[in-house]
Amino acid sequence: MQALTKRSKVVVNKQLSFVEKLYLPAILGGMRITLTHLFKKSATVKYPEKKRAISNVYRGQHVLKRDENGAERCTACGLCAVACPAEAITMLSAERKKGEEALYREEKYASVYEINMLRCIFCGLCEEACPKEAIFLTNRIVPVEFERNDFIYGKDKLVEPMEKDKRIDVSIRETTEVAEFKKHNEYGHNQVWDGSKAIDTKKKKKAH
Amino acid sequence: MLLVISGTTFIIYKVILAVAVFAVSLGVAAYATYGERKIAAFLQDRVGPDRAGPFGLLQPLADGVKMFMKEEIIPTVSNKALFILGPSLFMITALLTGAVIPWGPDLVIGGERYPLQVTDVNIGVLYLLGVVSVGVYGIMLGGWASNNKYSLMGALRASSQMISYEIAMGLSVIALVMVTGTLSLREIADQQTSWHWNIIYQPLGFLIFFICALAETNRAPFDLPECETELVGGYHTEYSSMKLGLFLFSEYINMFISSAVMATFYFGGYNMPFIGRWVSDPNWLAFWGVIFFFGKIIFFIFTFMWIRWTLPRFRYDQLMNLGWKILIPLAIFNLAVVTPLIMLAFGKLKF
Repeated sequence: MQALTKRSKVVVNKQLSFVEKLYLPAILGGMRITLTHLFKKSATVKYPEKKRAISNVYRGQHVLKRDENGAERCTACGLCAVACPAEAITMLSAERKKGEEALYREEKYASVYEINMLRCIFCGLCEEACPKEAIFLTNRIVPVEFERNDFIYGKDKLVEPMEKDKRIDVSIRETTEVAEFKKHNEYGHNQVWDGSKAIDTKKKKKAH
Repeated sequence: MLLVISGTTFIIYKVILAVAVFAVSLGVAAYATYGERKIAAFLQDRVGPDRAGPFGLLQPLADGVKMFMKEEIIPTVSNKALFILGPSLFMITALLTGAVIPWGPDLVIGGERYPLQVTDVNIGVLYLLGVVSVGVYGIMLGGWASNNKYSLMGALRASSQMISYEIAMGLSVIALVMVTGTLSLREIADQQTSWHWNIIYQPLGFLIFFICALAETNRAPFDLPECETELVGGYHTEYSSMKLGLFLFSEYINMFISSAVMATFYFGGYNMPFIGRWVSDPNWLAFWGVIFFFGKIIFFIFTFMWIRWTLPRFRYDQLMNLGWKILIPLAIFNLAVVTPLIMLAFGKLKF
């Protein structure tokens, strides 16, 4: 029969020689190999005590960013939830009341923002979808829990702390394009805004 | 000539020794489970259990507690009496064999000899083979009483495997008995002073015995009875809690005892060459004898594990081929070679 490809091999039912039939040399050879492994260094990383070095742009637990003055950036637009392929993100929006300007950057904010860490596949699409630089993935690993419900992270776990020194630095995750864009202070997106008064939306439009 | 102890001291001493052998068997078996997991891990470049205590040394204890705490399920369709009898019998037979093993040379206290052997039966070899054969019933009863096809298949495999390999084992032991001229384990051990270990006279016999010992203890590559890929768990599929623990534990006791038997039969038992040059006090000799004996046992246990984590499992027909078509003819050949040689030696050298 003609071979269809050059890769095909004819199976040979070779008669084993006497030594091969004994099997013992082969068995001893195998045992020699396993014995050498006895003296090799183990590949195990003892996890809770030692942590494997991970990349700076590792996609781990999410953070909801605040701006320079400590106001939450998220406006509950829902683009992250739409982008999420695992449907792990849910949110409820609310309108900012008078006097809450220091807490929320814009008129609308997320009153509830939940990510189910068991559903999340840590793809980072939420981060890409966010127009407000509000959500980022960080190189923190989601810790182990005993209950399923504990894996649904609310704003208490997701929003970064108010204190300046406890903020989570995500500047390493910015692409060069984003870094370039952020140099332009004329864009409303980049304006540093003091908590006392709301962003002037008209001015923002003009800047664009 | 020192007298062997007698009277009430004899009974008290024997009870202490029996309890000690029992405890040591269980202790070694417990740490064999730990050793198994550690060696498996090291051979696979892993770490193994290291959480319970330093280096995971309390792991056997934790496993034991776990086994006792687990819910115990006895299937309603099972034969309850036999279901309980199965693992008990397996465990009892595993522990019984320790009685005839000579653990070391005699102790001498106050001019009386204290032999480090629970009982020196003059048919010790036959006793061993007999008790090991009864061990099959434990597996058979357990598998049968479970009323589960996988258990039954496992039990069938176990019993047919053990019966097939017992023949080759018996034949290799016959050759050994012909060489040593005794059925008493103590005499076999005592004969092998210095380098006169039986392995030199019976290399083929040892190989056959070793392979059969692997099969008898249901160790890989002969672990078909508990082949989890085909039979779920084999004969212990339906077992839970400490009954399962007994089955698994007896396997390690069997391994310990068969290592002890191999060391006694072929590797000089408690004898070590040239030890007599440095040590003359009988009690120190006994101490070192026990140490050497356990060294040999540990080496064999390690070899058992080493083989387990190297070789894949046999297929059933391969197992039967090896047993009936290769090992039994080989054992007969061994016997056929040994017999004329002994005749020759007796005839010419006039022992």
